[in-house]
Amino acid sequence: MAGDTIATTAALVDFIYSEARLLDEKRLGEWYELFTEDARYWMPLTRDQPNGETFTSLFYEDKLLLKVRIERLRHPNAFSQQQPSFCQHVLQQPSVEASDPESNHYVTRTPFMYFEAQLDTQLILAGVTYHHLSVVNGALRIRLKKIELVNCDAALPSIQMLL
Amino acid sequence: MVWNRVDSNGAAMNRYRNDPGAIRALVRPDEVHRDAYLDPELFELEMEQLWRHTWLYVGHDSQVPEPGDFYSTQLAHEPVIMVRGSDGLVRVLPNRCAHKGTRLVSAVHGKCAGGMLRCPYHGWTYRLDGRLRTVPLKSGYEGTAFEGSNAAQGLREVSSVNYRGFIFARLAADGPDFKDYFGESLTSIDNMVERSPEGRLEVAGGVLRYMHDCNWKLFVENLNDAMHPMVAHESSAGTAKKTWDAVAGSDAAVPMVIEQFVPFVNGYEFFEKMGVKVYANGHSYTGVNFSIHSKYSQVGDYEQRMTGAYGEERARRILGEARHNTVYYPNLTIKGAIQAIRVARPLAVDRTLIESWTFRLVGAPDELLARTTTYSRLINAPTSMVGHDDLHCYRSIQQGLAAGGNEWVSLHRNHSPDEAGGIAGIFGATNEVPMRGQFRAWAEFMTRGMQEG
Repeated sequence: MAGDTIATTAALVDFIYSEARLLDEKRLGEWYELFTEDARYWMPLTRDQPNGETFTSLFYEDKLLLKVRIERLRHPNAFSQQQPSFCQHVLQQPSVEASDPESNHYVTRTPFMYFEAQLDTQLILAGVTYHHLSVVNGALRIRLKKIELVNCDAALPSIQMLL
Repeated sequence: MVWNRVDSNGAAMNRYRNDPGAIRALVRPDEVHRDAYLDPELFELEMEQLWRHTWLYVGHDSQVPEPGDFYSTQLAHEPVIMVRGSDGLVRVLPNRCAHKGTRLVSAVHGKCAGGMLRCPYHGWTYRLDGRLRTVPLKSGYEGTAFEGSNAAQGLREVSSVNYRGFIFARLAADGPDFKDYFGESLTSIDNMVERSPEGRLEVAGGVLRYMHDCNWKLFVENLNDAMHPMVAHESSAGTAKKTWDAVAGSDAAVPMVIEQFVPFVNGYEFFEKMGVKVYANGHSYTGVNFSIHSKYSQVGDYEQRMTGAYGEERARRILGEARHNTVYYPNLTIKGAIQAIRVARPLAVDRTLIESWTFRLVGAPDELLARTTTYSRLINAPTSMVGHDDLHCYRSIQQGLAAGGNEWVSLHRNHSPDEAGGIAGIFGATNEVPMRGQFRAWAEFMTRGMQEG
C-alpha cells in the first residue's frame, strides 16, 4: 500500500523547484493543476497566525479563488496588468520537515527571495514557504502552500503575481 | 514620472501660502484644479490647515483595554500616543519627549511599565495624562528658567472625543466642536456598534497596511464613487461571477467569497438607486436604500441574538440598514454593515498609507468576524484583485493630470446650481455630489483663519 505514496527527498526537492518555475514562466494553468481539490494557498498577515478564518490574511485562497485570480490575470480589462508584471523566485534548497508515506503526508520548508517587476518598479520580498504535499495518482500534489513573509506586517505595495 | 513644482533648491514654491483667494479659486462649484492633487505646497497646507482643524480618527478604545495600554500612530505629520489612563479614560498625547523630542514609545501597541511613560534617552517620566513626573538629577535645573518652560509643561494633551469606542482627535486648539463637525453622520457609527447584541465592538483580525502611491483624496473620493465598480472591477468581480457560474450546479450554495465579489459588477441602475446621503463638512454615505452588502446570507443564530437584545422591531431596523461606505472626512471611512474601516494616512502629496481594520461584534457568532476578515482580504489587501485595479486608477490619475491642455477635474455629474445654498441631502448615488461636498469643506478648512500675505 505504502508503495503508492512514497516520495523521496530528491522528488520533493525537484517538485518545489518546478512549482516555482511554473509561476515564473507564467504557466499558471499547469501550476493550478498541482493543487488538490481541497487545497489552500495561504499567506498570513501576522506571525504565528492561528487561522485564515477569523484573522485577515494576505492570501487565503481555495481552488475557486485561485482560478478567479488566474483568469483575471488573463482578462483584457485587468487594467493594473496592461503593463504586465513578471516575477522571479530565488529558492534556497528545500529541507524535508516531515515525511510519512503511511499517512501520505510530506512537509517541506523553503526560504526564498521573490522579485516582482512591472516596468520601472521592482518589489523584493523574502520569507519561508511551507508545502504540505501528498502523492495523488502517482504524482506529488499540494494540499497547503503557506508563505510566511518576513515583513508580513509591513505597509506593502500591490503584490500582483503569485509567490 | 512625479509632478513636482519646486524651485532650483528643491523647495516648494510659495504660491498658495497666505493667499486664501488663490486656494479658493482651485475649487469651482463643478470642477477642481489639478493642483489640489499634485502640488507639494498644497499638501503641506492640507496637513497644517485641513488636517489639524478637523476631527481625525485615531484608533478604537478596544486597542487599549487596560490602564497603561497604548497605541502609537501618526496624525497628519504628528506622532501621537493613544493611552488609557489610570482613571480609565483614553487620551491622545504627543509622542514626543518634552525635553529633546525623542518619541516616548516606538512599538505600535504596548503597555507602559510602572504606569508611566519613560523616555528611552534621558529617562524623563510622565504620568499617563501627560504631566511631567520626574527628571533625573533635577538639581541641575535650579536657578534656570526651566519651571516656566515648554518642557516643564510635560505632554500637552490633544483634544479628543471617545464616540462609542471610536477615538477622534483635533490637533489644533481651535476648530469646530465634535458634534457640530460630524452631525448626523455619526448614525453610521451608531449602526455599526448596535450590530453587536451587547452594543460593543472589539478590534480583531489584524490590520492590513496597503501603500498607495497617490494623493490621499483620490482614495477618499473613490469610497462613494458609484460610477467606477462596473468598469474598474469587471476583470475581478466579473471573472468571479463567470468562474462560479461555470463550475456551480444550480443548487450549489453560494460561497461567501462569491457573495462578496459579485455585487461589484451590478449595473448602473443598482448603484444609482442605492442612494447617497451628503452632510456638511465633507461627510457622506452611499447605500441609503440598500447596498452591495444587503443580500448577504444569514449567519447562525445572530438574528435571534439581536432580537433577544433589542426586541424584534429595533433589531430589524438595525439590521435593515446596509450602508455601503460612510466617509468621515478627511481620514476615516467605515463599512458598518460588515464592521470594516479604512483609515487614510497621508505621507506625501503622492503617497498615502491605507490601513484596514476589522472588528468583532461582541456577543455575535464568530462567522461574522470571518465575514469581515474575508471581505477585507478580498477587497482591501495589497494582494486584492479589486484593490489592484482601484490603485491602478488612482496612480494613473496622479500621473495623467500632468498632461497639458486641461488643468481641471470634472465634477459636473448631476450638478445643480441649487447646491450654492447648501449641499446636504439625499441623491442618486451616481451623482458626484459627495466629491463636490468634500471640496467645499476642503476650501473652507484650507483657508480657515488664513490671512492675506
